[in-house]
Amino acid sequence: MEKTVGKIHSIISNLVLVRVEGPVSQNEICFIEAGNVRLMAEVIKFTGELAYIQVFESTRGLKPGMPVEFEQHLLEASLGPGLLSKNFDGLQNDLNKMTGLFLKRGEYTHPLEEEKKWLFEPLAKPGDTVRAADWLGSVKENWLDHKIMVPFKLEGEYTVESVAEAGEYTILEPVAVLKDKTGKRTEVTMMQKWPVKLAIKKYAAKPRPFTQMETGMRVIDTMNPMLEGGTGFIPGPFGTGKTVLQHSLARFADADVIIMAACGERANEVVEIFTEFPKLQDPRSGRSLYERTTIIANTSNMPVAAREASVYTAMTIGEYYRAMGLKVLLLADSTSRWAQALREMSNRMEELPGQDAFPMDLSAIIANFYARAGLVYLNNGKTGSVTFIGTVSPAGGNLKEPVTESTQKVARCFYALSQARADSKRYPAINTLESYSKYLEYPEFREYAEKRISATWIEEVNEARDALVRGIESAEQIDILGDDGVPVEYHVLFWKSELLDGVILHQDAFDEIDGSTSMERQRYMLGKILEIVRSDFAFESFDEVNPYFKRILNSYKQMNYTPFLSVRFKKYEQEIAEIVAEKIAKKQP
Amino acid sequence: MSTAFQKIYTRITRITKATCALKAQGVGNDELALVDGRLAQVVKIWGDDVTLQVFSGTEGIPTDSEVAFLGKAPFLKVGEELSGRFFNAYGDPIDGGPPADGEEREIGGPSVNPVRRKQPSELIATGIAGIDLNNTLVSGQKIPFFADPDQPYNQVMADVALRAQADRIILGGMGLPHDDYLYFRQIFDDAGVLDRIVSFINTTEDPTVERLLVPDMALTAAEYFAVDKNEKVLVLLTDMTLYADALSIVSNRMDQIPSKDSMPGSLYSDLARIYEKAVQFPEGGSITIIAVTTLSGGDITHAVPDNTGYITEGQLFLRKDTEIGKVIVDPFRSLSRLKQLVIGKKTRKDHAYVMNAAIRLYADAANARTKLENGFDLTDYDQRTLKFAKAYSGELLAVDLNIDTDRMLNTAWELFRSYFNPAELGIKAEIVDEFGGFTAQP
Repeated sequence: MEKTVGKIHSIISNLVLVRVEGPVSQNEICFIEAGNVRLMAEVIKFTGELAYIQVFESTRGLKPGMPVEFEQHLLEASLGPGLLSKNFDGLQNDLNKMTGLFLKRGEYTHPLEEEKKWLFEPLAKPGDTVRAADWLGSVKENWLDHKIMVPFKLEGEYTVESVAEAGEYTILEPVAVLKDKTGKRTEVTMMQKWPVKLAIKKYAAKPRPFTQMETGMRVIDTMNPMLEGGTGFIPGPFGTGKTVLQHSLARFADADVIIMAACGERANEVVEIFTEFPKLQDPRSGRSLYERTTIIANTSNMPVAAREASVYTAMTIGEYYRAMGLKVLLLADSTSRWAQALREMSNRMEELPGQDAFPMDLSAIIANFYARAGLVYLNNGKTGSVTFIGTVSPAGGNLKEPVTESTQKVARCFYALSQARADSKRYPAINTLESYSKYLEYPEFREYAEKRISATWIEEVNEARDALVRGIESAEQIDILGDDGVPVEYHVLFWKSELLDGVILHQDAFDEIDGSTSMERQRYMLGKILEIVRSDFAFESFDEVNPYFKRILNSYKQMNYTPFLSVRFKKYEQEIAEIVAEKIAKKQP
Repeated sequence: MSTAFQKIYTRITRITKATCALKAQGVGNDELALVDGRLAQVVKIWGDDVTLQVFSGTEGIPTDSEVAFLGKAPFLKVGEELSGRFFNAYGDPIDGGPPADGEEREIGGPSVNPVRRKQPSELIATGIAGIDLNNTLVSGQKIPFFADPDQPYNQVMADVALRAQADRIILGGMGLPHDDYLYFRQIFDDAGVLDRIVSFINTTEDPTVERLLVPDMALTAAEYFAVDKNEKVLVLLTDMTLYADALSIVSNRMDQIPSKDSMPGSLYSDLARIYEKAVQFPEGGSITIIAVTTLSGGDITHAVPDNTGYITEGQLFLRKDTEIGKVIVDPFRSLSRLKQLVIGKKTRKDHAYVMNAAIRLYADAANARTKLENGFDLTDYDQRTLKFAKAYSGELLAVDLNIDTDRMLNTAWELFRSYFNPAELGIKAEIVDEFGGFTAQP
């Protein structure tokens, strides 16, 4: 089929109208011939014979009459071995391959290496019946088994006619030949393409999540757990530590693959990731963190239209690794910037605005995106997951705004960052009581926790929550009535909650030991603190309470800095037991 | 500015306060034009209907005025001749000197490839403890002063600029009061640094829309010195709130739907495009941006400071401390996101400990003050924190200070010794022993 062509009719910032001579599809990719550069754009609306296209580059110097060629495909990601340890822009151009200090308009680079040879091991054999996403072979990408799959675009069943022998191949050499029912042959290479705005649904089933995604962060794992294939979001005013929190998640989460989409955020933060991550070690594999990480960087000064593309590109790469039976964690910072990109475009198209001038379908767009995360059973019975955690940057720190509200409807975990906690340097600044994880109510998770953590785990977590609430209530009473205006018991309740806060919730992200805590240790520590919470103490007056609990708190904090069950750990444990014994009330018989 | 063949149009079809429109062919987006001799830029092309933004306003423009398109986007001639000169928003001299010659560069050029950036790591000393001690600046950083209009932000910024040991200082003034413009000239002249300075000035007397060009002019000059000459460039932008106001005026004239606080929906991207020009290059050149965002009644939830805060690497909050009668850098609301890249690495190793302890004690003093106001008795500790807070504010936070970081740290230790015992500081024992200077406990 001939490619459709057209000519520029109008230009309004990065929205260009094209008079077309032939058919075009919604979201089709096209290129504008602007002198000696070709600029990529995407169809976002069509009326009469005018196609509205959003240009992924600066439109400076474009003139009416310039030719436009439509490519007959949507915006696609290239999927194959070599995606890890890469820095892509929102359109999946490999930033490292670009020439020059400044980004050049119209310079597009291949996301993968066309020349590099990968050691291929066949998994399928001739005669096998296969469907899209079934595994044909495997190559080693860093330390992961990267599966070579039946292309997602193939519909129906195929018979494997041949599979390449074990050996070295490039991503463009055929590694298998498939035959459909009519006998038509399809050659399969290690690279395939998929339109980023469509979910990859080539799996057997999508159950409710039930396995915990350990992050090593106590305020998340203990108090508001995230599950493999779960969704969560982190709203917070500027300066409350959203980015540090995302970086901690990227470092410590128990995932096979981490994809970070820096969407409309600061370039220096991206620089920090690719300066620091290669030096940091993955606590589980002992390898460089960079080996399991892919960065999609569309920083705030890069073209706005590509910002929207960046989160979809990131999700598509995530879904691709999920189909290999891997645990993927996708982090996007920040989804508000993506929503703002939608707003800019909607405004230029003169659509009737919704609240705060955002497009009316904002919540549908956000819901569809979050729905692409999830745990899946693959055709071969194995599981794979994409866990998605996005940050939201609410205007003025006010959570009553469209992006936060739309996200709240779809994300199952809510991690509320609090300015007050950030100001008092209590990091991570997640306010536990305002946050929630709906997974705590899932019978599937309860079953998992009973088996894998402890029989009474959910009850203990709820007990800790209650103690925190009582602590806040006591603190309010003390503030109103004065230190000596309330019963001593109020001070004790307050300090018990301070102990929970200081030992469990507060965590030093930059410390080698305290930075990440195993579930085993989290269970142990919560049990220890709850023992104190449940105990009765005998104090003569309120001014004994503060120094007494400060001693306990201090010893526990030192304990958090020591290896689990080490000699020093035990020493502090003993020390605390002695302090507790000083004031503990004798149990009534 | 004229070319060999130039088509002249003489029929304007629509005029608003900031824009005019006409039928024209072969016009490029963002292209410059002269409308009745005034500089204008193409902002919208609808078929052959071209809308121009007239920078100096449309007052007195007749519908039959001559319109000539210049075939290029706004540009600046960059070169050594920029040094020591004062220009208006178009890059024309306002200091009586001849036009500066050099290589023509389009303003508002492309972004630096993020993988070609280097992580910032060089400390910028200002002599002000509220900055150097608590919110240390790093080259390649972008940070605004958040200040109410009555605070001396331009004076503080001028002090910072002169002490910063930059190779080049570029001043972008938007809606700058004429008096402040003269103040900058005077102070740069007195300091004998005029040859290191380049200024692009739009004063309150100049047309509002013109100031939209100022940041791009300043940053194009900055990129020339940082990339071509490998210089450490400091860019001062004052006042970015007035820049945003000009954006909202234009978007309003273009019939765009306003979002929060009547600002255009693209405000975040518009501001980010400017601030993200701050960069550390691997070859040693850098662009550091210090801006001013004026607030209305200290409200940081307004769209301009709010979007700015999400873009910049922290903010310096100026506040008048009524107790000492001086302007201080507020330790609670100020933040330098890049400080951990230099604190304790480029400064003494007790820096982080002293900074945190002092701020925590200052916070304790704020609590004590609340207690006092609510009529509760103060403990001995409360009394001491209040005395400490007053001394800390006067001897360290006030912006009229000019000392080096070691002296700031020593002063802080002196205050600690005067009001507290070592246990109350919550600082690691080894650090107190090495730097604290406390006499042995009785």
